[in-house]
Amino acid sequence: MLVRSPQAALQRLFDEVGSVDQIGIDERVAKYGTRSIKKAAKVWGLRTAVTMVDLTTLEGKDTPGKVASLCQKALRPDDDVSIPPVAAVCVYPSMVRHARRALGNNSSVRIASVATAFPSGQAPLKTRLAEVKAAVADGADEIDMVINRGAFLAGEFGRVQDEIAAVVTACGTATLKVILEVSELETYDSIRAASFLAMRVIRPGDFIKTSTGKTSLNATLGNNQVMLEAIRDFYLDTGVAIAMKPAGGIRSAKQALTFLIAVKETLGDAWLNNTRYRFGASSLLNDLLRQLEKEKTGAYQAPYYFSEAAESY
Amino acid sequence: MVRLPITKTPKVYVGGAFIRSESARVFPLRDAAGEFFANIPQCTRKDLRNAVEAAAKAGPGWAKRTAYNRGQILYRLAEMIEARAGEMADAIALGGATPAAAAREVAAAVDRLIYYAGWTDKYEQVLGNVNPVAAPFFNFTVTEPMGIIGVITPDEAPLLALISLVAPAITSGNTVVALASTRQPYPAILLGEMLATSDLPGGVVNLLTGFRAEMIPTFATHTHLRAISAVVNAAERKALALGAAESIKRTIMLKAEEKRDWFATTAQSVDAIRDTLEYKTTWHPVGA
Repeated sequence: MLVRSPQAALQRLFDEVGSVDQIGIDERVAKYGTRSIKKAAKVWGLRTAVTMVDLTTLEGKDTPGKVASLCQKALRPDDDVSIPPVAAVCVYPSMVRHARRALGNNSSVRIASVATAFPSGQAPLKTRLAEVKAAVADGADEIDMVINRGAFLAGEFGRVQDEIAAVVTACGTATLKVILEVSELETYDSIRAASFLAMRVIRPGDFIKTSTGKTSLNATLGNNQVMLEAIRDFYLDTGVAIAMKPAGGIRSAKQALTFLIAVKETLGDAWLNNTRYRFGASSLLNDLLRQLEKEKTGAYQAPYYFSEAAESY
Repeated sequence: MVRLPITKTPKVYVGGAFIRSESARVFPLRDAAGEFFANIPQCTRKDLRNAVEAAAKAGPGWAKRTAYNRGQILYRLAEMIEARAGEMADAIALGGATPAAAAREVAAAVDRLIYYAGWTDKYEQVLGNVNPVAAPFFNFTVTEPMGIIGVITPDEAPLLALISLVAPAITSGNTVVALASTRQPYPAILLGEMLATSDLPGGVVNLLTGFRAEMIPTFATHTHLRAISAVVNAAERKALALGAAESIKRTIMLKAEEKRDWFATTAQSVDAIRDTLEYKTTWHPVGA
């Protein structure tokens, strides 16, 4: 007899996609911090990380002016013109048209918009789909959606997948990023299972993304690794390459390099570009620029040279 | 019962924590008779960088404390040293000072802290000003702490000189990253333990031990250090001056070649507080 309970449904999914060795993952990622990346390799890594940044502002107090200056920063992160632009700006749907006006139509910087009642996802499906369509119509190149965690934890996987599929359709040509919100999934097993659910309905080149950045626990090396391995296993099974975006909590250049090491050692060079890997971050960019300047001049730089930290210290 | 000796591992006090050098390197400290005493962390430029980050975190909170509260905390630090004066005197005597001279140095260091504790809520009255101007403005000058100050201490008077350079900087709300004497680092190691129990927020004073030649180039060029207060020789002065010009920082350099009496009352003054202050002058319109 088929047992109908959330636990049983989750168990069947775990059996199907495989479970995660938590101790193994934690030990594996603890080693990434020991890699010694210096000089030319470091500069390469920092510059690559710059091109992977989704420069993000997701606050209630966002204004068109603030978004416009964010876009300028995205296009020209530093007064050193050899520093490349970032991958995208990430804003709320109501700010997409302001970002489009600031960036113009032929910009290399893409516009990502969170949608589907970000960050909770607790709105009727019709409303969420309408939000996606509105953002795409306003000029969004990429849509960051949140999955229905309530449905996932209740074991209603069909519903989770149907909703993602509906958003895929609503996106049209826009790239989709599916936010799992790992802190609400609680275990590595659930993160892996949710990754597979999402990957089975999204298109090649679409993303899975760790978190909204609105909860206490965000992207960690551990859950990044679980998702990278899910992408690897899915790729080896089906040949479909899914991209990855950790978001929230990545503030220092050193952290970013460690994440890149995880990508390199798990998925290889094919994922070391901004069509396959992104960082959702706001303050990371400044630290990347700061470390690049340090590599260029040899002198440690004060953070207030890089447009954050208005305090006198 | 035979008891195994429990020896202390000397660690440096950075960001409110006791740490080893990130390089894991140490150098042996010998007492005046040449006997091995302990391994001291040999800090690197990266330790200096980390200490500056710690100081930057602590800075705004420390500067926002009331002047009165900063005075209380400096006084508390003096109390902590006073209570362990014997232990501190032993640490100074390691370098060859007589017990009486060592005790005298500890007492002078405590007194110096009390001196600056008294100044915390008074220097503003002395250094700030209301300026006469020939226009309808209320014009006044107030002081502000500069930020993170690098301190490089001499080998003589390892505790007193360190306190004499650090105390005036933190009096006004600056934070400090200090390099202790290479020849006599142990008093600074011990001072860290006293700082930790003094209510001084972690990161306000960060003490490093190691070799001057390895650290001075980074002290000179680190742009986040706003000033350098140092006792240095001619070659070091040149390195600091060049780096400071590049990174636009203030230098307060005392010549290591000159004999200096750290015990004298002239070694403490409100001028030392002024050395690490910025002035802000405000023109406030008044009714014509």
